[in-house]
Amino acid sequence: MNAEARRLRWRRLASALALAGAAASTALALVPLISTVYFVLTRGLPALNLAFLTQLPRPVGETGGGVANAIVGSLVVVGLASLVSVPIGVGAGIYLSEFGRNRLGSLVRFVADVLTGVPSIVVGIFIYITVVLTMKRFSALAGGLALAVIMVPVVTRTTEEMLRLVPVTLREAGLALGAPYWRVVTGIVLRSARGGIITGIMLAIARVAGETAPLLLTSLSNNFWHRGITDQIATLPVIIFSYATTPYEDLNAKAWAASLVLLAMVLTMSLLARLFTGGRRVVWRR
Amino acid sequence: METVTRSTPPPVLERSEVFLIGSLRVEGLEASYGGRQILKGITMDIPAGAVTAVIGPSGCGKSTFVRCLNRLHEVVPGARVSGRVLLEGQDIYAPGVDPVVVRRRIGMVFQRPNPFPTMTIYQNVAAGLRVNGWDRRRTAEAVERSLRMAALWDEVKDRLHQPATGLSGGQQQRLCIARALAVEPDVLLMDEPTSALDPVSTLKIEELLIELRQRFTLVVVTHNMQQAARVADRTAFLLDGELVEFGPTAELFTMPRDRRTEDYITGRFG
Repeated sequence: MNAEARRLRWRRLASALALAGAAASTALALVPLISTVYFVLTRGLPALNLAFLTQLPRPVGETGGGVANAIVGSLVVVGLASLVSVPIGVGAGIYLSEFGRNRLGSLVRFVADVLTGVPSIVVGIFIYITVVLTMKRFSALAGGLALAVIMVPVVTRTTEEMLRLVPVTLREAGLALGAPYWRVVTGIVLRSARGGIITGIMLAIARVAGETAPLLLTSLSNNFWHRGITDQIATLPVIIFSYATTPYEDLNAKAWAASLVLLAMVLTMSLLARLFTGGRRVVWRR
Repeated sequence: METVTRSTPPPVLERSEVFLIGSLRVEGLEASYGGRQILKGITMDIPAGAVTAVIGPSGCGKSTFVRCLNRLHEVVPGARVSGRVLLEGQDIYAPGVDPVVVRRRIGMVFQRPNPFPTMTIYQNVAAGLRVNGWDRRRTAEAVERSLRMAALWDEVKDRLHQPATGLSGGQQQRLCIARALAVEPDVLLMDEPTSALDPVSTLKIEELLIELRQRFTLVVVTHNMQQAARVADRTAFLLDGELVEFGPTAELFTMPRDRRTEDYITGRFG
């Protein structure tokens, strides 16, 4: 066997080894993901039924009942958070992308990036001190604000990135038609980036829908239908947390079922988000 | 050519002389980008109702030149312009002149076809009209008229409400021309409009130019000298940001007065 052939054989071997290593790493990376979904499905499904989705919780010791109030509560809190954070985030993103080539822009960008990395429990404490203590009560509003604080920087930066992807030539084409700059931004730039921005918002929503720590400090929980946004409200993550930490088997099973519901909601959001971009990937930073 | 007797006075200056609609005069135009001077004092008269070609080697400033004519150069951060550009005797760089108003009268077509990707063919042509608050019926008429002028109507009339991105490159460029024509400018600037197109599409656009010149003042940047010879009434040769020679196309190509023009058109450089 000559040197050339030996080298070729060695190369093939090295290539096969590298491929095997990469495949093994991928498999390992998928283990926690798949096992999570597997456990949530196998443990959650048995406890899941129509009553679970439509009824209120029963007192401890009684079987049956559901978490309908927490499902609605999660929607309310996340809805409030979106209502607050989407206009602010999209507006700030437009500012950064279109007018932010200056010191203020860099500062805002930096602050947004720092905010993105703030642990959610810190956000919870912040809202606890500023809103909960001031209002002297836990409330859905406080929960929504806490989630909004988490969402704003994410929506801001996603919007900025998406707007930046719109080619300069399109802006110039708009300007050359005699459109004022604000019309170019609203009619052409935003419109072209719409899919990406919606995706960013959906992903941000999916992300905060599972937040627990800030809600423990802000919206707390209850066992009934909520009575307005200035009242405590039950949410899925908090219900999961409190049910999973009890010694009662029935409640533990309900925690799994609630996890399944939450997982389904988040997955639906992510899938919807993909629909809006036609399968294009959007950079997700956090 | 009709002469101007416009009912509405221009927004800034009182007009004392009578100018041809869409006539341009450039006086001492200088432009820089990021501190580097690109145009070094250009003075020329661009006649109305004719095709003026701007030729020159890459980097000579021809794109910058046309972008100064509709105040688009200044949009780029770090860009500076000085000198005067007179549209019908009125300086578009005078203080108080809104670049938006200038660009409504001086349209532009770019090097690469750039239809708005999220809009349909119809919406693309109507894009500049919505801004001006046109009603539905007038818009529909203007869209058809513009598409006919751009020689695209027959090809797209049955799919006006399909995405513009489904058109071929040449069709997209004619769509961009229709879009620019829809706002009824008096001057149309074209920055190498055929450089991204195949020969057949190029031919169609050139035919279109010759037809459009009766109604518009056309300024066409091209790196293709044959194209200038085919379509332009007058040709300007730019080199290193200076206007070397400007005259009737036939003269410039057959008996250039400047040595550098001769070198360029005979292919000695560029």
